[in-house]
Amino acid sequence: MAAKFRSFLTILGIVIGIASVIIIMAIGTSAQELILDQVRGVGSNLIGVLPGASEESGPPASALGVVITTLKYDDMKALLQKNNVPNVVDGTAYISGNDTVQYEGIDKNYTFQGTTASYINVENAEIESGRFFTKEEETSLARLAVLGSEVAADLFGEGDAVGKKIKISDQSFEVIGIFKKRGSTAFSNQDTTVFMPLFTAQKIMLGVDYLNFIRLKVDSEDNIDRAKADVTITLRDQHGIKKEADDDFSVRDQKAGLDAIENVTGAIKYFLVAIAAISLMVGGVGIMNTMLISVNQRIREVGLRKAIGAKNSAILFQFLIESVVVTLIGGAVGILGGVAISALAALIIQKLGYHWPFIVTFSSIFLAVFISAGIGIFFGIYPARKAAKLNITEALRYE
Amino acid sequence: MLISVKNLCKEYDNEGIVTRALCGVTFDIADGEFVSIMGPSGSGKSTLMQLLGFLDRPTDGEYFFQGKDTKNFSDDDLAFLRNQKIGFVFQSFNLLPRTTVFENVELPLLYDERKESRGLLNRKVHDALRSVNLENRISNFSNQLSGGEQQRVAIARALVNDPALILADEPTGNLDSKNGLQIMRILQRLNNDGHTIVMVTHETYTSEHAKRIIQMLDGKVENDYLVKKRRIADGEEELLK
Repeated sequence: MAAKFRSFLTILGIVIGIASVIIIMAIGTSAQELILDQVRGVGSNLIGVLPGASEESGPPASALGVVITTLKYDDMKALLQKNNVPNVVDGTAYISGNDTVQYEGIDKNYTFQGTTASYINVENAEIESGRFFTKEEETSLARLAVLGSEVAADLFGEGDAVGKKIKISDQSFEVIGIFKKRGSTAFSNQDTTVFMPLFTAQKIMLGVDYLNFIRLKVDSEDNIDRAKADVTITLRDQHGIKKEADDDFSVRDQKAGLDAIENVTGAIKYFLVAIAAISLMVGGVGIMNTMLISVNQRIREVGLRKAIGAKNSAILFQFLIESVVVTLIGGAVGILGGVAISALAALIIQKLGYHWPFIVTFSSIFLAVFISAGIGIFFGIYPARKAAKLNITEALRYE
Repeated sequence: MLISVKNLCKEYDNEGIVTRALCGVTFDIADGEFVSIMGPSGSGKSTLMQLLGFLDRPTDGEYFFQGKDTKNFSDDDLAFLRNQKIGFVFQSFNLLPRTTVFENVELPLLYDERKESRGLLNRKVHDALRSVNLENRISNFSNQLSGGEQQRVAIARALVNDPALILADEPTGNLDSKNGLQIMRILQRLNNDGHTIVMVTHETYTSEHAKRIIQMLDGKVENDYLVKKRRIADGEEELLK
């Protein structure tokens, strides 16, 4: 009975270790997918143009909070001309700020985004009610606002917002449209943002003439690299730049960003798996301990088996197979438990409203089986060798 | 000649203290003999038995088994000899607990690398159990048997590979006289059927069931003689009553 309980505890150690590896692999992969999905949600055929030069691998200077004023509305217009960048089908510019928004005594701070009419097309945004502003309105200094779904809910509740007047930093704006709920993407949250025409934001709200960035939509993902080259040439021409080293802008596509995110999240995932593997090592030490006890309790049996003709290798294999079987049982239960817990976690997280895929990769299960068998052999070999090398006459006398 | 030992010596080195258990032992044992190795404790009779059964190696001297010098045999060679040529019967039975009679008797066959057919293995186990009259207990667990029955299972296990030599170490030592007698009767019958038996005992009465006695004292052969008035276990029940 004590032996059974000991075996159970030993197996439990392996079960916990293997289950944590499976769970961490599954949750890590799902979280990675969630993040990559958010980035991909922006659209994979987009290229971004940011002010300020940057190394290809590092973040652009503007992302680090340095205000660079070299990117202008005219740059965007140049980039949208077919003879400059033939593969660009559309594009939009962005300038953002923060200010208070007031409506009937409600007074809240929001991010506002000045942008162009093409925003709807470039970002694949959808209007719930009302309309987005037109090409003419983007430069007309019209005080029009399109609200993110959460902003509309905050200010107007269930009520209709279109046609109402709100105040943004003491300027009166007419609400002309409400966005559909979208959820946050990697870079921004449309739902909590107030949108207004580009020039309105630049000139009335901020008093500037530059852009935070430009986003261009390319006809096909395959033409991203060609479009990036054309964009670079056009902007150098616009800014009178002769050498690459003098570039005052950066052209980015999503692939580089995705790769970077994948690298970082992948590293985090494997770091967590390594921690889980430590619990497996502890489980392995448990296996060794149990096997040593088992060998000690069966010294006479080993002596007898050798006396009737078992070779040392036969004894070695007997104990090795025992420890491998124990760890494989633990591994199998651990895989089942790990998959079940990951599925449960996915279910709960999905209930919370996230797009959380349930992913258990074949490689993680393969890894788990391989690791548990490996632990069985690694931690079983010492006790098994000890048994195999027992002196027969001493083993038979052992009490 | 089945066994031929010349000047056999065995010394134990226990952390620098050398104990000489056996020295200068010389004798031959032919096929079909029934030999008792007699002697008080410490006389070296158990050590001699371990050397004869290849459970241990001599420190000096020669041991020819079926005409072959065993000096340079590897551990695996010795395991093969123990498996194929020798059957052991121990004083304390040494059956595997929580294991059936069948599985205990089958055990040596499992280490036989010839990998015979299942049917042949079954027949060998049944034959061995029949010769100790325990076929009816074949599916019992070994720990459900009486001491006498356990020793008979051990004899069946020793027989199952049809060995050239059966080595019995105090086979009646843990049994009462009635069960002991039954074991002696089985051993005598096996000997009559042609099995060579070497039995270690310290009891004169038990030793007189053999045909020949090798008397040990202080690690040497003190006397080696044929039993003149051999006891025959069949018919001795009357004496016990």
